[in-house]
Amino acid sequence: MFGRSYPFKWFGIELLAFLLALVFLSPFYFVIVNSFKSFAELLTDTSGLPGVLHVENYVNAWKALNYPVAFKNTLIITIFSNLGLIIISSMAAYRLVRNKTRMNRFLFSMFMLAMVIPFQSIMIPMVKMFGWVNLMNTFTGVVIAYMGMGVSFTLFLYSSFILAIPKEIEESAVVDGCTPYGTFFRIIVPLLKPMTVTVLVLNSLWIWNDFLLPMLVLQKPGLQTIQTATSSLFGQYMTQWDLALAVLVMGMVPVMLLFFMAQRHVIQGIADGAVKG
Amino acid sequence: MGNNRASINMHPVLERSSKLERGSSVKRWITSQWMQQAFFVGPAILFYSIVIAIPFFFGIYYSMTSWDGVSGNAVWVGLNNFSTIFLKDPEFGQSFWFTTRFTLTAVILNNVIGFALAYLLSLPLKSRSAIRTIFFLPNVLGGLVLGFIWQFILVQGFPGIGKLTHLSFFTLPWLGTEATAYWALIIVSVWQGAGYLMVIYIAGLANVPKDLIEASVIDGAGKWQILKNIIIPLIMPTVTVCLFISISWTFKMFDLNYSLTSGGPYGSTESVAMNIYNEAFGNNRYGLGTAKALIFFVAVTFITLIQVKLTKSREVEM
Repeated sequence: MFGRSYPFKWFGIELLAFLLALVFLSPFYFVIVNSFKSFAELLTDTSGLPGVLHVENYVNAWKALNYPVAFKNTLIITIFSNLGLIIISSMAAYRLVRNKTRMNRFLFSMFMLAMVIPFQSIMIPMVKMFGWVNLMNTFTGVVIAYMGMGVSFTLFLYSSFILAIPKEIEESAVVDGCTPYGTFFRIIVPLLKPMTVTVLVLNSLWIWNDFLLPMLVLQKPGLQTIQTATSSLFGQYMTQWDLALAVLVMGMVPVMLLFFMAQRHVIQGIADGAVKG
Repeated sequence: MGNNRASINMHPVLERSSKLERGSSVKRWITSQWMQQAFFVGPAILFYSIVIAIPFFFGIYYSMTSWDGVSGNAVWVGLNNFSTIFLKDPEFGQSFWFTTRFTLTAVILNNVIGFALAYLLSLPLKSRSAIRTIFFLPNVLGGLVLGFIWQFILVQGFPGIGKLTHLSFFTLPWLGTEATAYWALIIVSVWQGAGYLMVIYIAGLANVPKDLIEASVIDGAGKWQILKNIIIPLIMPTVTVCLFISISWTFKMFDLNYSLTSGGPYGSTESVAMNIYNEAFGNNRYGLGTAKALIFFVAVTFITLIQVKLTKSREVEM
């Protein structure tokens, strides 16, 4: 980037970057390596590789977490919240961007304002309201909450994308007899696909990892998500590191897989979302 | 869209179909501006209102009541909650002071390290995309899991390394004293956030025109001068965004705080978000909790506005 230099110098810098990366990775090493050790081995030799692979830690963690149920619950919440967010946010973004009345400008700034409001400022009355309408301990309640909390950011991402779509495409669709609804669903929605992928990945990471909302709303054992199950187990088995670490790794694996599959979209989405703001 | 309808009617080819359309008042009603607005924006407004707007305004009301969340009846107490918070609740003040100090340190370190990593990875290194992924990786996990991971590392891993290396850094009682617990939170927050900011800074650095840097090299500018006088002024919009994001993360920190220190030792690392949570759901004082939440909202908005205003004024046009 800054003029020509000797390859030898690049090698030094490359080595430095590589060592820094190792430092960043080391916590993962500790957790994964120790999750395969017996409790005694883990206490005496924390930094070495395990002598024998104690896979039974994972068998125990699987049972203690009630992993299939926690996984299914988290998946249901993530899928439906995403679906809802994509539908309501893309529709609203389309109308607000393409129909800039005074009312719509006001609505847009209301949505943007919500990004500043901390969750703590709404959670107490929200939990109370959910109690009134029997949404406590339901996935519907959690999904509604995620849709309300996520609509601002998702709408923001879509609107910057829609702004870049040339209006002529829609105008020719209207000339061909398309209704406004047809124009949106047949012309705009297919064009939004790249942004929809980004939105899907970013919101999935957020919802999958979110902890406080499911802790407040889902308080029955069978409704636990991976995060809330991890939290209650970790509190319970805090001194039993062999089990606790296997629990942590099992919580990490699905979201890591998602990241490695969609890495390009995550990085691109963050860069785009931030730069356009 | 009103103009578009007029143009349909005037279009000769569509004369026939528009006549058909005019015949059907149902269709005209469906495609009316009001109906379109309700269809496209209605659902978003509905969810926004249920989850954000209505609870927010309810919160303002409840902040002036002695609502305990159990009995269900909220007695109006005016501004009593606020005077209780300011005069009789040193813990809230302490958590505010802790959060402010924490935010300041974490935001500076996050941004300096995030920028340094981005600068490093903007150089033509062979393995840069793999290294970029590694720096970003901690951010993929939630604060809760990261806190638990580091609890293990600080309680078990560090003493283990300390035994091998005899470095006193690793044998400190990391979660046991106020100062070390504070820095433990900072370390994890930087480990979590720097990679995310790095991604944004890389995008910002990519937008700096190369010819500008080449021209300054020809003019004899040193690396430090180029960084200070050209690159940083040109990426100020990115700095604004990164500061905004990192301030709002760290000021609203809850998950990491909950899982790593739980506010300890002796409440010395309790963030405002956690103080509010404990007040409402631990002590069952919902009225007081909503009052604190309102103060918190005002503080967040105020700090964000000031930061955006300050950094925006330093942005330059290319």
